[in-house]
Amino acid sequence: MDFNLSEELKMSKKVYEEFAKKEVEPIAQEIDESCEFPAENVKKMQKADMMGIPFPQEYGGAGSDTLNYILAVEELSRACATHGVILSAHTSLGAHPIYKYGTEEQKEKYLKPLANGEKIGAFGLTEPDAGTDASAQKTTAKIDGDEYVLNGNKIFITNAGVADIFIIMAMTDKSKGTRGISAFIVEADTPGFTLGKKEDKMGINASDTRELIFQDCRIPKENLLGKEGMGFKIAMATLDGGRIGIAAQALGIAQRALDETVQYVQEREQFGRPIGKFQGLQWEIAEMATKVEAARNLVYKAAKTKDEGKRFSTEAAMAKYYASEVASEVANKAVQLHGGYGYMKDYPVERLMRDAKITEIYEGTTEVQKMVIAGSLLN
Amino acid sequence: MNIIVCVKQVPDTNEVKIDEKKGTLIREGVPSIINPEDKIAIEEAVRLKEEFGGKVTVISMGPPQAKDALIEAYAMGADDAILLSDRAFAGSDTWATAYTLAQGIKEIGDYDLIFCGRQAIDGDTAQVGPQVAENLDIPQITYVTDLEIENKKVTAKRQLEDGYSIIETQLPVLLTVLDGLNEPRYPSIKRIVDAYKRENTVKVWSTEDFEVDKDKLGLDASPTQVYDTFVPTHETKGEMLEGSAKEKVEKLIEKLKEEQVV
Repeated sequence: MDFNLSEELKMSKKVYEEFAKKEVEPIAQEIDESCEFPAENVKKMQKADMMGIPFPQEYGGAGSDTLNYILAVEELSRACATHGVILSAHTSLGAHPIYKYGTEEQKEKYLKPLANGEKIGAFGLTEPDAGTDASAQKTTAKIDGDEYVLNGNKIFITNAGVADIFIIMAMTDKSKGTRGISAFIVEADTPGFTLGKKEDKMGINASDTRELIFQDCRIPKENLLGKEGMGFKIAMATLDGGRIGIAAQALGIAQRALDETVQYVQEREQFGRPIGKFQGLQWEIAEMATKVEAARNLVYKAAKTKDEGKRFSTEAAMAKYYASEVASEVANKAVQLHGGYGYMKDYPVERLMRDAKITEIYEGTTEVQKMVIAGSLLN
Repeated sequence: MNIIVCVKQVPDTNEVKIDEKKGTLIREGVPSIINPEDKIAIEEAVRLKEEFGGKVTVISMGPPQAKDALIEAYAMGADDAILLSDRAFAGSDTWATAYTLAQGIKEIGDYDLIFCGRQAIDGDTAQVGPQVAENLDIPQITYVTDLEIENKKVTAKRQLEDGYSIIETQLPVLLTVLDGLNEPRYPSIKRIVDAYKRENTVKVWSTEDFEVDKDKLGLDASPTQVYDTFVPTHETKGEMLEGSAKEKVEKLIEKLKEEQVV
């Protein structure tokens, strides 16, 4: 597979790198501590047309492709994984389902403001009793005249406190199991829709994660996304795309952990020489670098497969499974090679190790990815 | 309001190392960027266009790869981009560069304002902007840190070492701008996509495409010739003052007065 980036992608990558270095990196540690959503930076990302990179320009997007968007998530995450997930959840989970399954009216009304960044998107599938078993949805949507009435709770929703537009899965017909699940577009200020408290997490601290609570929340009938009963399919297809975004986030974290370590072992002296002169450490660095590069190849391949219009579920699952494990492993080793300093918050590797863990969990755990991969092989 | 912006692609000197033996920059592997003060110039031009309407044209003289800088300028909001590129321009000093740029600008024609960055980070001469104005025979205001345009009149704050002057003049005028005039925007990803989709986002002009006197181009026509470059050695000589504390202080004050520090 040819990963020579086109001129368009090279120039875009340069912009992401510059943005990450000048705007994101300087606040990464601060927002990790304050847990404050980086609203100003999201505005700046909007101005540079980064909030709808893969969507056509007629729908407010930049008119580029998945690989370009993946480069943005990677470079942002290299500076701060929180910025990476904000963009990934907004683009892949909030906007993409409307692009793929929405009617022209829905695209006009909801995709445009999402893709041009005026509004922020989020996605609600997970429930207290429906995690990996996403089919166990308890949230219901009952038709009542021209409206659906939503009742139930969603948890661990990324961008919840800042999003304007939500994609919500709910049961419209319990008797049909997964085929009884439907997808809806819900606006943030709809009566009957409230938010729970902001979750206190191990990492990606400034990402606004909350519970969504629906109590007799009435939404117009035309906000059904796709057809009744298509919700599970929409959710799974959406997560396939989202996984490439999370894989790119993991890749960014892993690359940064490697970069920090390469620099540190050449500066840190013990026994009269830089610790990077010791072969034991060199071998560690070699292993880390090789794994990061292997992860990059899987992530870019998944993005390219999607851009080529082919089935990409397996590629996305492999990329997410591998890149997230590499992120955790490389960040862990980075802390180890930094020794005591690595355990201190003064060095970014401490944050990287905490941020890396979530990539193995959300948008399908590593175990789910393995189910998807094995499923594609074993029928 | 039609605005022309002169830009230069330069090596990112933050990442440049110097070959101490040859006395030259090691450019290999060093990323190329738009000269930072030229970015300020582009931003100001695009803001004025957004306020008053019109068109922003960016122009550069350089090798073919300088196209990247112009595409970046397009992505920041410029409408047209022209690269003056020809082997005949190679080795130009500021005099030949300014002549070439001015001829390119004459070919573009119809402008109200020309913006340049004060100086390029690789040459630091600050000469090209003023020389372009001389070649075009229009007024110039250099070192601009603030700017207002009303009724075809420009009022600019010109920064000096020990103060500033406020200068007013009619259009057209050439302005060289300083860091701090504005905060340049990031290139738009959407415009990057457009730049590569369009054909000829950057028009490349050789000596055949605009009117130039071939005797005024390139190294041969450049009055400045570089005979040698070297890395300056810094020799800081300290002087120890002897005596009691009181005597040392007195001597120190005397020295400071001698050097006109106090």
